[in-house]
Amino acid sequence: MSVANPPVQTEQQTTGPEPGVRVGPIGLAWRPRVLAMTVVALVVAVVVAVLALGLGSAHLSPLDVLRTLAGHGEGAQEFIIMDVRLPRVLVALLVGVALSVAGALTQTFARNPLATPDILGVTSGASLGAVTVIAAAGGTSLAPVVANLGVPAAATAGALVAAALVFALGWRGGLQSYRVVLVGIGITAVLDALTSYQLVRAKVTIATAASQWLVGSLSGVSWQSVWPLLVVVVLAVPLALACSRSVAAAQLGDEVAWGIGVHVTRLGVAVGLLAVVLSAGAVAAAGPVGFVAFVVPQIAVRIAGTSRPPLLLSALLGAALVTGADLLGRILLPNEVPVGIITTIVGAPYLIWLLVRHSRELAS
Amino acid sequence: MTVPVLQTRGLSLAYDKRTVVDDLNLSIEAGTVTTFVGPNGCGKSTILKALGRILHPAAGEVLLEGTPLPQLSTREVARRLAILPQSPVAPSGTSVRDLVMRGRNPHQSWARPWSKEDAQAAHEALERTGLADLADRDIATLSGGQRQRAWIALVVAQAAPTLLLDEPTTYLDLAHQLDVLRLVRQLNREQGTTAVMVLHDISLAARYSDRLVAVRDGRVVADGTPQEVLTADVVARTFDLHVRIVPDPVTGTPLVVPEEPALTGS
Repeated sequence: MSVANPPVQTEQQTTGPEPGVRVGPIGLAWRPRVLAMTVVALVVAVVVAVLALGLGSAHLSPLDVLRTLAGHGEGAQEFIIMDVRLPRVLVALLVGVALSVAGALTQTFARNPLATPDILGVTSGASLGAVTVIAAAGGTSLAPVVANLGVPAAATAGALVAAALVFALGWRGGLQSYRVVLVGIGITAVLDALTSYQLVRAKVTIATAASQWLVGSLSGVSWQSVWPLLVVVVLAVPLALACSRSVAAAQLGDEVAWGIGVHVTRLGVAVGLLAVVLSAGAVAAAGPVGFVAFVVPQIAVRIAGTSRPPLLLSALLGAALVTGADLLGRILLPNEVPVGIITTIVGAPYLIWLLVRHSRELAS
Repeated sequence: MTVPVLQTRGLSLAYDKRTVVDDLNLSIEAGTVTTFVGPNGCGKSTILKALGRILHPAAGEVLLEGTPLPQLSTREVARRLAILPQSPVAPSGTSVRDLVMRGRNPHQSWARPWSKEDAQAAHEALERTGLADLADRDIATLSGGQRQRAWIALVVAQAAPTLLLDEPTTYLDLAHQLDVLRLVRQLNREQGTTAVMVLHDISLAARYSDRLVAVRDGRVVADGTPQEVLTADVVARTFDLHVRIVPDPVTGTPLVVPEEPALTGS
């Protein structure tokens, strides 16, 4: 029985069963548009990956690429693809997934598109940790061990410290997200200054290598960079998906979220830790590839037409974007352009646009 | 005697060391509609937040069906008690149906993400709040009144036996205010729902509540049936306002009429 007077209106009237397709135990009521876009993003990511494996100083056809991947390649092709390009493409895909999922989680939880690991200083913390270890061990016999274990560990430690600082300084009986963003921008500046100091003190050869890495670069990536990042992504992404319903609830505001049974404090810690681990993993492998965590979820929201970035769609778009940006950087100019430069050129204008719009909203 | 649904024991509430409510002892009996009335900033919303475990007490405790709130998981609390805070905001891009479905969150789990029961509860909540025709609209495109009803539908879908509503009639015109209060009464009569509200319109509160609690400066000024509480004396002590209490010509419940001459020309 309807209690309210039936609204007299001529606006859009659609009733009917819940529109959506349910997939697996993830419990998302998939809207057809989200599902379609996710499939498209998957196809784009695969196509970009195959192109990236084939294009470069030695051009290989997609067919050759697929044949080599299936284990039927010839000597030279097999070396180029399996030893040189495949690890690079895998790292690009995984970095895109890790950063985009981290960004989508934090943007949704904080209800603020500016609240991402790259803007809040988490990736800067990871960079500082990694550069410190690189500078300390560079040129010593410890270098190979450090590259495998020390850099990811130091990046994670640095990211954790940065995140803890942002939380501690931004916390005032709650996380008003604008305060957190301002604190994060401040923390980023301090951490970047400390990183520069490390570079100035280091030997020229090490400083050059580190600064190449600091803009976000995939050149020289080998299988050793793939494994830690793969482990991080395989563990953290399913956990992120498991949190997605609660994160969606938190998007309605802390009070409503508590009311519908979400422990907002614990969820905040979980989201923070996932974002830290994912960004640290990405930074350790490829350096701080700029603006991916910030921009990709926003693209995902717009093409999906939802109230929050769908995690899988963000992950696939991020994978396609980073791989595509790296490919462009490799083949566009005679000298290789690091992937971080390309993503920053795409992302920075969007940040400026968003800040301008935000300050207009605040002013009015 | 049965265990009260909600009980506060020596409850003190504070924001940043500023005490708002001190040593409050109050019981809410099952199956009743209780409304807090009082001037702005008197602490009535603060009390409601503490009852709904959104605000942690500075001292004392809140018991839900005899169990202290911290001993229950937040999901367990959400299955027994729904709370609608004042003026919540939904992110743009959220449809009415999306919003109402979130009310089923405490009933969902990994093993059972979305059941027929959830769909049924969400559908009923939409029907009851008169929103079935607007289910696929973006919340951002709704009028203030429709938006408020969508939030009420969310807590109705939650299907908790106890409902806490902080000013549920804000933004609503008189007809829709009555709709909301009638809905609360119906849930109370049909399903035995216990309701605790904060309302600003005292006369409407008197019409739809079994019990009124008048609050001022974090203290209970009067507590009882609308007839007991709504006296000229209590209203004067609560609101600093001279009023005359007359029987509502329709329901006989107390009607509060300010003792102030009309200022318009005659």
